[in-house]
Amino acid sequence: MASKFINITLKIWRQKNGTTKGGLETYGLNNVSTDSSFLEMLDQLNEQLINERKNPVAFDHDCREGICGMCSLYINGRAHGPDTGVTTCQLHMRTFKDGETIYVEPWRSRAFPVIKDLVVDRSAFDRIQQAGGFVSVNTSGRTIDANATPIPKADADKAFEAAACIGCGACVASCKNGSAMLFVGAKVSQYALLPQGKVEAQQRVLNMVRQMDEEGFGNCTNTGACEVECPKGISIENIARMNREYLKAIVTED
Amino acid sequence: MSKLDAKIPAGNISDKWTDHKDHLKLVAPNNRPKIDIIVVGTGLAGASAAASLGEMGYNVKAFCFQDSPRRAHSIAAQGGINAAKNYQNDGDSVYRLFYDTIKGGDYRAREANVHRLAEVSGNIIDQCVAQGVPFAREYGGLLDNRSFGGTQVQRTFYAAGQTGQQLLLGAYSALSRQIGVGHVKMYNRHEMLDLVKVDGKARGIIARNLVTGEIERHSAHAVIIASGGYGNVYFLSTNAMGSNVTAAWKTHKRGALFANPCFVQIHPTCIPVHGTNQSKLTLMSESLRNSGRIWVPKKKEDAEAIRAGKMKPTQIAEDDRDYFLERRYPAFGNLVPRDVASRAAKERCDAGFGIEANDTNEGVYLDFSSEILSKGRQAAFGQGDHAPSDAKILELGKKWVEEKYGNLFQMYEKITDENPYETPMKIYPAVHYTMGGVWVDYNLQSTIPGCFVAGEANFSDHGANRLGASALMQGLADGYFVLPYTVSDYLADEIRTGKISTESAEFEEAEQNVRNQINTFLNNNGTKSVDSFHKRLGLIMWNKVGMGRSEQSLTEAIAEIEALRAEFHKDVFVPGSAEELNPELEKAMRVADLMELGQLMAQDGLQRKESCGGHFREEYQDTEGETLRDDENFKFVGAWEYKGDDIRQEELHKEALNYEFIKIAARNYK
Repeated sequence: MASKFINITLKIWRQKNGTTKGGLETYGLNNVSTDSSFLEMLDQLNEQLINERKNPVAFDHDCREGICGMCSLYINGRAHGPDTGVTTCQLHMRTFKDGETIYVEPWRSRAFPVIKDLVVDRSAFDRIQQAGGFVSVNTSGRTIDANATPIPKADADKAFEAAACIGCGACVASCKNGSAMLFVGAKVSQYALLPQGKVEAQQRVLNMVRQMDEEGFGNCTNTGACEVECPKGISIENIARMNREYLKAIVTED
Repeated sequence: MSKLDAKIPAGNISDKWTDHKDHLKLVAPNNRPKIDIIVVGTGLAGASAAASLGEMGYNVKAFCFQDSPRRAHSIAAQGGINAAKNYQNDGDSVYRLFYDTIKGGDYRAREANVHRLAEVSGNIIDQCVAQGVPFAREYGGLLDNRSFGGTQVQRTFYAAGQTGQQLLLGAYSALSRQIGVGHVKMYNRHEMLDLVKVDGKARGIIARNLVTGEIERHSAHAVIIASGGYGNVYFLSTNAMGSNVTAAWKTHKRGALFANPCFVQIHPTCIPVHGTNQSKLTLMSESLRNSGRIWVPKKKEDAEAIRAGKMKPTQIAEDDRDYFLERRYPAFGNLVPRDVASRAAKERCDAGFGIEANDTNEGVYLDFSSEILSKGRQAAFGQGDHAPSDAKILELGKKWVEEKYGNLFQMYEKITDENPYETPMKIYPAVHYTMGGVWVDYNLQSTIPGCFVAGEANFSDHGANRLGASALMQGLADGYFVLPYTVSDYLADEIRTGKISTESAEFEEAEQNVRNQINTFLNNNGTKSVDSFHKRLGLIMWNKVGMGRSEQSLTEAIAEIEALRAEFHKDVFVPGSAEELNPELEKAMRVADLMELGQLMAQDGLQRKESCGGHFREEYQDTEGETLRDDENFKFVGAWEYKGDDIRQEELHKEALNYEFIKIAARNYK
C-alpha cells in the first residue's frame, strides 16, 4: 500500500478535570501518514505538544486492535469516527483528506462523567455487570462435562454475537437518550440464549435493569443509532430480547 | 547451596498434584474473612484468582491500571485454549498435552508444573461452559476444536478469533459477582508501584490512584502478582500499550528472583511494520495456519518485482512459490511451533525473498486460496451440487473462511487496506509473549514468602517457547485451580496474625521510595519525551536481543542500554503534575523499569550459550539452521537476584531441570 502524508487541523476538547469547565482547542498537525491509526495520529500530536513543553492530550486506549474497548472518542460527530465496524484505534487516517479539520470530543453522557480531556468514567458499566451479569457457579472446576449439555449451534452463535460486545460505550454516547440498553441487552441475551443462564434469568434481568436505571442511563426510544455506531455490530434484537425477558420476569416476580 | 527449592512433590508424575493437594493446609471458612489478599492485575490469571479466592470467603482487593478489569490484555488473545479432552477422538490425552508442551518448550520447562497444567486443562473448559462462555460448536451442539502449532491433534477450543475475550469476560463475570457481594473490592485505574515487605514476608503494596495521583498504602496477608508479560520492552509488540513489567519488576527489586528473562516469543504471523509513527503490531492468530499456507517466491527476481509493485502475488504460478514450512517440516507443515516458523520466515527474508516493500523487505505471504477452493467444493457437495461452477466454489469457500476467521480478516483489511479474501495476507514475526518472568516454586510462590505470581508474569510452564493456545490455559489454571489451594496453604499460618498495619516503617519507606521516583521525574526538566526513549530501547532490543542473538550483539546491547538508561534519567521530560491523571508520568515509571529489565534480558541471553526455543544464539545452530541445545551445561532455569542499581551485578542462580518422565531429545518437527 502506498502511504501518503496529509496535513490536518484538529479541534480537541480539553478539560483539566471533572470539576472545571472545558472547551475546544485548535491544533495544526503536519505530515500525518495515511497508514497511521487515529490514535497514532494523536501520539504524533502529543509528541509535538511535549516538544513545545505543553500538556499532551489525555485519551483512553490500550490494546489498539479493537477488542479491549478502552478507546472511545467522538470524531466529527460520530462515536469511533466516520468508518463503520471499527473502534477508534482501528480507524485509519486514510479516511481523512489533506487539509481536513477534525473535531475530537469525549463520550457525552450523564452516566459517563469526564475525568480529563477525552477520558471519561465508564465504571457504571462495571456496576451493571456486578448486579447480575454472571452465572452463579463457583470456580471449582467440578461442574459437569462441557459436552454433557449440547447447545444448538444457532443459539450458541447468537449468544456469541451478543457476547462480542466490548463495553466501549459507543451505544450510550450515540444515543440521544444516553441509553445503555444495547450494552445491557447484549449481556442479558448472551445468558438468555444459553441453558446455563436460564436458572437465574428472571433475577438477572431485573437486577441489571434496576442498576442501569440507578446509574442514570436513559431509556430506549428505538432510534437504532446504537446499532449503527456499535463497532462490533451488536444488533438491537438484543434490546427486544431484553424487553421480553424483563416483561416475563416482572409479571412472574414473587 | 542453591537458593531455589522448587518444592516439587515426590511420587509419580500423574499423582503429584492430587497427593500434594490432599496434604496442603486449609483455612476454615470462619477464618477466611479475617484474611486479606491483594491481587494485582485482572487478566485471566488475576481475575480468576480474585474471583476464586473471593468465593472462598477471603477478603480480596484487586487492582488494575485500566478503567475496568475487563480491559486486561488477555482480552486480545485470538485463537484458542488447549485442553486434553480428546473430543475429536484423535488420540489426545493428558500425557500427550504434557509431552507436546514440554517438547514445544524445548525441554526448558518443569515437568511437574506442566503435567499439572495438562491435568486441569479439561476442568477449565467445563468451568467456562458452566459460566456461559459461548465456545464455537458443531451442528450437533457439541464443542468444536481446531489445531494449533506443535501438535498433531485437534485440542484447541475457540470462540471465532475472540477466544481470549470470551474467556476473560467469563472470568470478569465471576469477578463481578464477587465484587457485587462484597468479597472483592476492585481498584480500577490504580497502578502498583512497589511491594511492601515486613519481616521478610510480602505484606502489601504501594499503589497510585491514576485519576487523583494519590499514593495509597494497601496491606494484606498475601500478595498475588498477575500483571502479565514484558513484551513492551521492544516498544513494538502485540501487547497492549499499557502492558508493562512494573509490578513484577518491583517485586524482583524487593527480592524475588527473575527467571529466564531472555525467553521471548516472537510470533510468526503479525502484520508487518509500516512506518516510524507506528505504535504497536497486530497479531493474526495462529489459528489461521490451519487454513493458510505460508510462502515466498522461489525466484529472487519475483520477490523484487513484488516489492517494486510490478507484480502481484496472485500472478506467481504455483510452481514458482516456495511453501518453505511445508518444504522444511513436512510432518507438521504450516503448524510448526512459533519459534520455528518465525526463524524460517526470517531466514527467507534475510536471503532476499521477502515481499514487503518497507525498509527491511521483511514479509512473507499467508495464503488462503487453497483452503477457499477446497472448503468451497466441500460445501457445494454438502448442498448436493456435485458439479459446482468455479464462481460457486469461490463464493462458498469465502463464506466458510468468513465464518471461521471473519473478525481477523476484517482487522487485517482495516489496517492494511487490502482484501485478504482476494490477495494473500502479508505477515512477519513480531514480539508477542514472554516465557520468562518471576521465578516461582511448584506452589507459584516467589522467593519472597507470601508473594505469589501467576499467568504470564511468572516463568513456570512454557520453557523456552510457548505453544499456541497454552497461555489462556495457564492463566486460568493458575487462577482457578492452583492458587486457591496453594495460597490457602500459606495462609493457614496467618489466621492469628490479625490486620496488617500500614503505619509501619516498611510502608513508610516504600511510599517515600515511590514519591521520590515521581518527584524526580517531574522535576527532571529534560528535553525528550518518554516515547522517544522507549522507541530507542525497542530498536536496541529488536536488533540485538531479538530473533537472532550473538555474543557480540548481546554485549553491545548491554552497553547501549546502560548508556540509554543514563541519558533517559538525565534528559527525559515529563510534563504535568503528580496530583492528576498524567499518562506521561505513568509511561516514564514503566519505561524506567523496562530499561533495567532489557539489560537483564541481554545478560541472560549472553550467559545462555546455547540455542533453545525462542532463544536463538547464532553461534549455536546446526547445518540446517536448527537450534542446538546444550543439555549438559544449560538444562537449568536461570534465575537472577537483584543486587542494586547496577544491573551487571545481578547474581545468577540455577534450578536444575530433571526429566524423569519424558525422554529428553532433540526437538524435531520434520
